Amino acid sequence: MPFQPVKFYQTGTFTVGNRLLALEQRSVQANMQRTNSLNSGHRACQGCGEALGARYAIDAAMRASNKQLIAANATGCLEVFSTPYPETSWQIPWIHSLFGNTAAVATGIAAALRVKGRREVRVIAQGGDGGTTDIGFGCLSGMFERNDDVLYICYDNEAYMNTGVQRSSATPPAARTATTMPVGPEPGNVFGQGKNVAQIAMAHNIPYVATATVADLHDLEYKVNRAMGMHGARYIHIFVPCPLGWGAASNDTIRLARLARETGLFAVYEAEHGEVTSVSKIRKRVPVEDYLKLQRRFAHLFGKTPALETIARIQAMADKNIRKFGLLEQGGQ
Amino acid sequence: MLQIRIHGRGGQGVVTAAEMLSIAAFLQGSYSQAFPSFGSERTGAPVVSFCRISDREIRLREPIMEPDSIIIQDPTLLHQVDVFSGLKDAGHVLINTAHSFEKLGIGDIMSGRRLERMCTVPANELALKYVGRPMPNAVLLGGFAALSGIIKLESVAAAVREKFSGKVAEGNIAAATAAYDFVKQKMQENVHA
Amino acid sequence: MLKQCEGSHAVASAVAMCRPEVICAYPISPQTHIVEGLGEMVKSGNLAPCEFINVESEFAAMSVAIGASAAGARSYTATASQGLLFMVEAVYNASGLGLPIVMTVANRAIGAPINIWNDHSDSMSQRDCGWIQLFAENNQEALDLHIQAFRLGEELSLPVMVCMDGFILTHAYERVDIPAQEQVDSYLPAFVPRQILDPAEPVSIGAMVGPEAFTEVRYLAHAKQMQALELIPQHAAEFKQIFGRDSGGLVRPYRCEDAETIVVALGSVLGTLKDTIDEMRDAGHKVGVLGIVSFRPFPLLAVREVLKNARRVVVLEKSLAVGIGGIVATDVRMALSGLHLHGYTVIAGLGGRAITKASLHKMLERAVKDELEHLTFLDLDHNLINRHLEREKQKRRSGPMAENMLRDVGVVAARIA
Repeated sequence: MPFQPVKFYQTGTFTVGNRLLALEQRSVQANMQRTNSLNSGHRACQGCGEALGARYAIDAAMRASNKQLIAANATGCLEVFSTPYPETSWQIPWIHSLFGNTAAVATGIAAALRVKGRREVRVIAQGGDGGTTDIGFGCLSGMFERNDDVLYICYDNEAYMNTGVQRSSATPPAARTATTMPVGPEPGNVFGQGKNVAQIAMAHNIPYVATATVADLHDLEYKVNRAMGMHGARYIHIFVPCPLGWGAASNDTIRLARLARETGLFAVYEAEHGEVTSVSKIRKRVPVEDYLKLQRRFAHLFGKTPALETIARIQAMADKNIRKFGLLEQGGQ
Repeated sequence: MLQIRIHGRGGQGVVTAAEMLSIAAFLQGSYSQAFPSFGSERTGAPVVSFCRISDREIRLREPIMEPDSIIIQDPTLLHQVDVFSGLKDAGHVLINTAHSFEKLGIGDIMSGRRLERMCTVPANELALKYVGRPMPNAVLLGGFAALSGIIKLESVAAAVREKFSGKVAEGNIAAATAAYDFVKQKMQENVHA
Repeated sequence: MLKQCEGSHAVASAVAMCRPEVICAYPISPQTHIVEGLGEMVKSGNLAPCEFINVESEFAAMSVAIGASAAGARSYTATASQGLLFMVEAVYNASGLGLPIVMTVANRAIGAPINIWNDHSDSMSQRDCGWIQLFAENNQEALDLHIQAFRLGEELSLPVMVCMDGFILTHAYERVDIPAQEQVDSYLPAFVPRQILDPAEPVSIGAMVGPEAFTEVRYLAHAKQMQALELIPQHAAEFKQIFGRDSGGLVRPYRCEDAETIVVALGSVLGTLKDTIDEMRDAGHKVGVLGIVSFRPFPLLAVREVLKNARRVVVLEKSLAVGIGGIVATDVRMALSGLHLHGYTVIAGLGGRAITKASLHKMLERAVKDELEHLTFLDLDHNLINRHLEREKQKRRSGPMAENMLRDVGVVAARIA
């Protein structure tokens, strides 16, 4: 991992202590000069992973662009909780147009900046998984294919949370949502569906694709910074737990994000021009039960008679990710 | 107002023919209007285009149902489409063919018409000779200039140059001029016959 | 400069002279030639600086235009028919955000059944979307209205749709006077946006607005269109000063002064109507035509002023409000509130059916005698309909309607009109 300079175990966590790093190596969030692009006072739920992810990402992008940043935002939780006027939390020029067109709006902004010769101003588009992997997918793919100069960030909380936790194409198998029950005999989402937009982004051969979680601040900031150092279409897919939609404790947001990575269920990597260039290794492999049990959306797997077969299938998905991306360290457990 | 209808097949430049005709008329100071039959044309399908020429503004937008002149770019349409539909009694008829009206099987239809207003011209052959491919549209406009006198050959040449350039334009103009001479010649023969 | 050219070419020239900075292109007949023409000018460097973006859908076309306009660029796109419907969500968004995008709608029917030919169903479906809608009668006006559209839209921060009949105008070659760049420059000032995404002065655009202010935001959208009712004639007058011709305005009456019967219509059919009315005048009928240029905002007072002394009004429209009849007719009736006129709605030219002088004569001769049905479908083929109704009566599984009717009609390629 080129982006995490030291491995340091603080008590009970894997967090790298900022205090122990040189000033320039500390996170943007640790810096008093950070822009706080998504300011306090917004209306996100307690423990919201998306709010965290957005602040991390946009603050990092602001530093990388020397505060020359414009953002387009899809409809969704992020848009709703951040804006009801006059209480906008955005400290950057920000536009919300529709649910499904954010990538295209960002393309338009980038085009306007190019035609006006304002090369220094950079453009970010952001949305949740619904706005990215479902309704906004056409515009996203178009933006990728044209290699428009936009960094698109997807905050993936694996369902439509703004409308009351409905299934999206990013909802994992067996996760229970308000709309998975009518589909199939189990209350959870079916196996064998859904799409992996980071992989699809790579198939567009765009300059940069990365995945990240809100549990690894340094990694997330590194990736935003790296993306901002490039031009053309770039995509970062950030895993952001949703306490409300997942039925998890709000103080477990970071832990869940870390477990998603440590189980192998969410592969953290970066890719350039369609090829994986680095992966975040799992330091201590965790069985998927540890991750699933913390969330009520999977509670139906752990009743009086645990759904061992279903859990095994989820474990198989994690194992496959680990094999596919080589997520285990040499000699890892 | 003069109304000209052009019949042909998709790929023969039927629409372009009407457009060039309208440009030629415009260059002579007339008002003119050209428009296609608005089909989703495919190569080989019957296509119609229209051209109106007038000394005042043309406001009418209907298709030409009673033409003063018709140009038929493909004689195989004669027995498929009612190309003569609504043609005025004294109307001009110009057909792209190397054959006679009789040989085309329309001797009867043509017999009641004024001889000096109808003619055939082997536009495909002339186009092949001068342009290198059987594109009869501009060639026929040369013939039409000779037959009708509505437009001048120079105007046709200028219109061709607006639509095409270089060798294609010059080839078409040479072919149109040949068609012009051919028709003039043929009409003189008719007068003496 | 006078030029004999295609309508699409004329419009592309006009749009280019307005110096758009971002053009979004997605192909749909019959607007393709316009955007292709602009693309050539961008490629050749004649239109610069300008970003020409090939998008993946009409929805993206409007969305890119939204982003570009919000970032301060003069933005343009063109569409038609299904394309307009596919972008509807973004169309409403553009007007809601107050972004002065200009869009050509090359009017075309809406399916099913799929139909590429002209009528006004597409833009009429968007009459309430908050855009200004201007209708061109001929290619000269189509050209002129685009220049006026940028001026009007930017002055009011509202998007403007210029509607021109697909194929009938877009694909017609006719004489147009193409203005000089200096004329356009003196008429159309540089775009100074009211709102702009700028890091130097960050604003949030498109935030959620609740019941506490939503009505007021909508009211202002309406008030701006009412303001347009005043601006449009002013802009037309200024246009005449610079370009030397009448173009635009709210309405265009023709031989209406003493007319007992007035036909109201929009778009290119006005030409055929004028020819028809001239002939009827020669035959002693007191008839006139009222062309509506500005359909949104709808000039209620101007329409009323022209129609108030007539005895009957015939609204001839290329669109159908299924279940009630006319769309334009409903608005015209609103303008005539309290007046006692005979009102007729004539639905004509749907899906490209030619509106001929002969049919108009027949229809108007019945109208002047008040023998017309209140809702008339011009040149309706009753036999075709009856045959199908009979088929439906005969058996439950009568099959696809449109396809059955086509079979009854027979080969259409062999027809001229």
